[in-house]
Amino acid sequence: MNLTLKVWRQEGPAAKGGLVTYEMTDVSPDMSFLEMLDVLNERLVAESEEPIAFDSDCREGICGMCGLMISGEAHGPDHTTTCQLHMRTFTDGEVITVEPWRASAFPIIKDLVVDRGSFDRIIESGGYISVNTGAAPDAHATPVPKQNADRAFMAAECIGCGACVAACPNGSAALFLGAKITHLGELPQGQAERSARVTSMVDQHDAEGFGGCTNIGECSFACPKEIPLDVIGQLNADMRNAARSSR
Amino acid sequence: MTDTLSEFFTEGEPIADTQAPKVPIDKMWTQRQFDAGLVQPTNRGKLSVIVVGTGLAGGAAAATLGEAGYHVKSFCYQDSPRRAHSIAAQGGINAAKNYKEDGDSTYRLFYDTEKGGDYRSRETNTYRLAEVSANIIDQCVAQGVPFAREYGGLLDNRSFGGVQVSRTFYARGQTGQQLLIGAYQALERQIAAGTVDEYTRHEMLELIIEDGRARGIVARDLVTGELETHIADAVVLASGGYGNVFYLSTNAMGSNVTASWRAHRKGAYMANPCYTQIHPTCIPVAGDYQSKLTLMSESLRNDGRIWVPKRAEDCDKDPQDIAEEDRDYYLERKYPAFGNLVPRDIASRQAKVVCDEGRGVGPKVGDFRRGVYLDFASAIERLGEDAIRNKYGNLFDMYMRITGEDPYKGPMRIYPAVHYVMGGLWVDYDLQSSIPGLFVAGEANFSDHGANRLGASALMQGLADGYFVLPNTIRDYLSKGPYPQVDENSPAVAEVKAAVADRTEKLLSINGERTVDSFHKELGHIMWEYCGMERNEEGLLKAIDLIRSLREEFWRNVKVPGSADTLNQSLEKAGRVADFLELGELMCIDALHRSESCGCHFRSESQTEDGEALRDDEDFAYVAAWEFQPDEAGLPGKPVLHKEDLTFEAIELKQRSYK
Repeated sequence: MNLTLKVWRQEGPAAKGGLVTYEMTDVSPDMSFLEMLDVLNERLVAESEEPIAFDSDCREGICGMCGLMISGEAHGPDHTTTCQLHMRTFTDGEVITVEPWRASAFPIIKDLVVDRGSFDRIIESGGYISVNTGAAPDAHATPVPKQNADRAFMAAECIGCGACVAACPNGSAALFLGAKITHLGELPQGQAERSARVTSMVDQHDAEGFGGCTNIGECSFACPKEIPLDVIGQLNADMRNAARSSR
Repeated sequence: MTDTLSEFFTEGEPIADTQAPKVPIDKMWTQRQFDAGLVQPTNRGKLSVIVVGTGLAGGAAAATLGEAGYHVKSFCYQDSPRRAHSIAAQGGINAAKNYKEDGDSTYRLFYDTEKGGDYRSRETNTYRLAEVSANIIDQCVAQGVPFAREYGGLLDNRSFGGVQVSRTFYARGQTGQQLLIGAYQALERQIAAGTVDEYTRHEMLELIIEDGRARGIVARDLVTGELETHIADAVVLASGGYGNVFYLSTNAMGSNVTASWRAHRKGAYMANPCYTQIHPTCIPVAGDYQSKLTLMSESLRNDGRIWVPKRAEDCDKDPQDIAEEDRDYYLERKYPAFGNLVPRDIASRQAKVVCDEGRGVGPKVGDFRRGVYLDFASAIERLGEDAIRNKYGNLFDMYMRITGEDPYKGPMRIYPAVHYVMGGLWVDYDLQSSIPGLFVAGEANFSDHGANRLGASALMQGLADGYFVLPNTIRDYLSKGPYPQVDENSPAVAEVKAAVADRTEKLLSINGERTVDSFHKELGHIMWEYCGMERNEEGLLKAIDLIRSLREEFWRNVKVPGSADTLNQSLEKAGRVADFLELGELMCIDALHRSESCGCHFRSESQTEDGEALRDDEDFAYVAAWEFQPDEAGLPGKPVLHKEDLTFEAIELKQRSYK
């Protein structure tokens, strides 16, 4: 396949960025999108140019490190992570634009690399169960109905890649937030801190500069792990309950 | 030692683990915890620990030490601790809970692990691993890890390769992710509490030693390029394995050996580096551009049947057109007691054997078809497609995405790939390396798996070390502190930092002709060819030669664009590949000197008549711990071999058989 890539290049956080065009020839349909960028980078280094900086690590679709806007879609057209997007998804001769995640809460570090530290700070604000190591009761002491365990698992599948935010016109992280609230809220272990958790996490979300949710649904559509929109419903329900209980 | 071998290394004093108490094995860990010194709660905040790596071992250790009240600095090269490569583990985590009442026990888990490792692991450490395994499940459930459950609300279990009981706890095919998120959340909680400082996008580039003790690290901020000095009372390396020395592996792209190798160069012994586990169920290589290999969980072997055509001429046929009687279910045929669930080394080697016989399937890469079928047809017929989807759905989706083939309609194709290394820095029972104050946990140490690791045991070891073992043993070391203050600006520390800066500058200034990746690929090729699934003396000698020339060329001809004071991924890779080039040689020397076959180390000169690994307990029942010896130019010279004899008191040493 032959392709034209328009790639966002930006030297640093304060530098002015812009799209640079690269022609790619002999792209194998079996390559992943990132392997295609690897090939381009090898060429750039050979030509004494700096390679395009982008994040990736496990390349198995689970670590959440990779993430590109590909022709305007978070992770591209295939509802998967960028590392699992394969070139067979594209057609010969296609022009593809490659940009970093778009969100003010994810500032650009260089080229296609953004800073997603805000996600860690949201988890830090309450996205956990406060249990110290070593004194836990036997795992079978607290049965969890299968349907709750399954729903918790479904929400816990979030890999924190940031596609939901990048896809949202408001730059909201409500899906990310809702996934964690739902994961821990479905489990008996998560009940003690349920109200405090949702309140502090939402406060942190807002403080980081993420936008509000207006139920557009692009987040769930873009999510490579298919986290459903109802986790946002759960988030809202938990917020209402927390507000009531604090009156 | 033959004359040929003496060219490559010298033999030094034997070593011993001196920390395991002299009591029966089932009392040992309780005794050690009791003997270990205590640190009064209000004094803990005055003691500091650096933890490099935030996977299961590092994340759990940092969180637990933080909970205890020590001051912890946690480092990872990723943008978030949640991305450490433990996250990619799929199948499950073992624990001797005996919830299935199928005859499991601490001793049986210990026994299976020792046997699975071909009696090349230290039995005291392995017993402890089995002992604390049950606590891990309790801890993780309390944290909210959503393990698979049965309709009654209790936890479900499944069985895994190499064992005959169901002791594996799992969260669909994402157990590693769920466990890591548990540890990550515990870590973030401590960051909020102020006990842990987090340094993301930081890479450890050097170890600081003062008065013979590990006292800190030099780390590079990967965003600004700044070199930073961090001082503490103790340093923990939990920086994972070095499988990426093979270039193609199931490891994350950034997984590297640098933290361990820099410590090795400073005096930490590297033990059994040649023990590399090749995982039997990976998606086969498709082309030259390939950057990594993807594992398909071993749990698939519970329901998938592995076969190749009986006749080579059937290999290019559609598998559906090959009649049942023309298929060779070779694992079921050769190992009827375990069938498709034989341990990984055996499953991997047998796949290689049938492909070498010309009976591999899938597209030709070079002259060979490197693939065997993993077939779910009979499981789908027996259990229904929905049941299979429920158990393995995400793995099937992943396979479909990568290969473009539908595994519900036809068999998957799999082939072995480099997955895990059992070798690593030498540690004693306390997980302390040969440098006082330097502790090593998880895949980065060598201790628990011997020459082969059983499935679902990596997660177990990472969390056992991180949550339960290390926080107790490091306490003993810290109780003897605080250690004298180290001045960050002292000449000795400044010298270490300057050496790191020089090395960085050197990499940037060579400005040769070849990219870093091209060196890495070539090294990987040498390692896979001569130090991979099967090794022999001739090949290993050749590999050592090739690696030495490649290393020489690297430092003369590598091209690293950009500068040191910015995010520079080429520079990051260059430093890691430089260390891999030194490690690769040591792996070959280790493989060369161990002329027996054991576990994943298969020397073709040492096999039984029917092609099984032939161990030599008389000569090789020891851990090979290598001490770095620089030559005059500071490059790797002749390493010194220190042997730690393995003694088996709780377990009978016998030939491993799965027939």
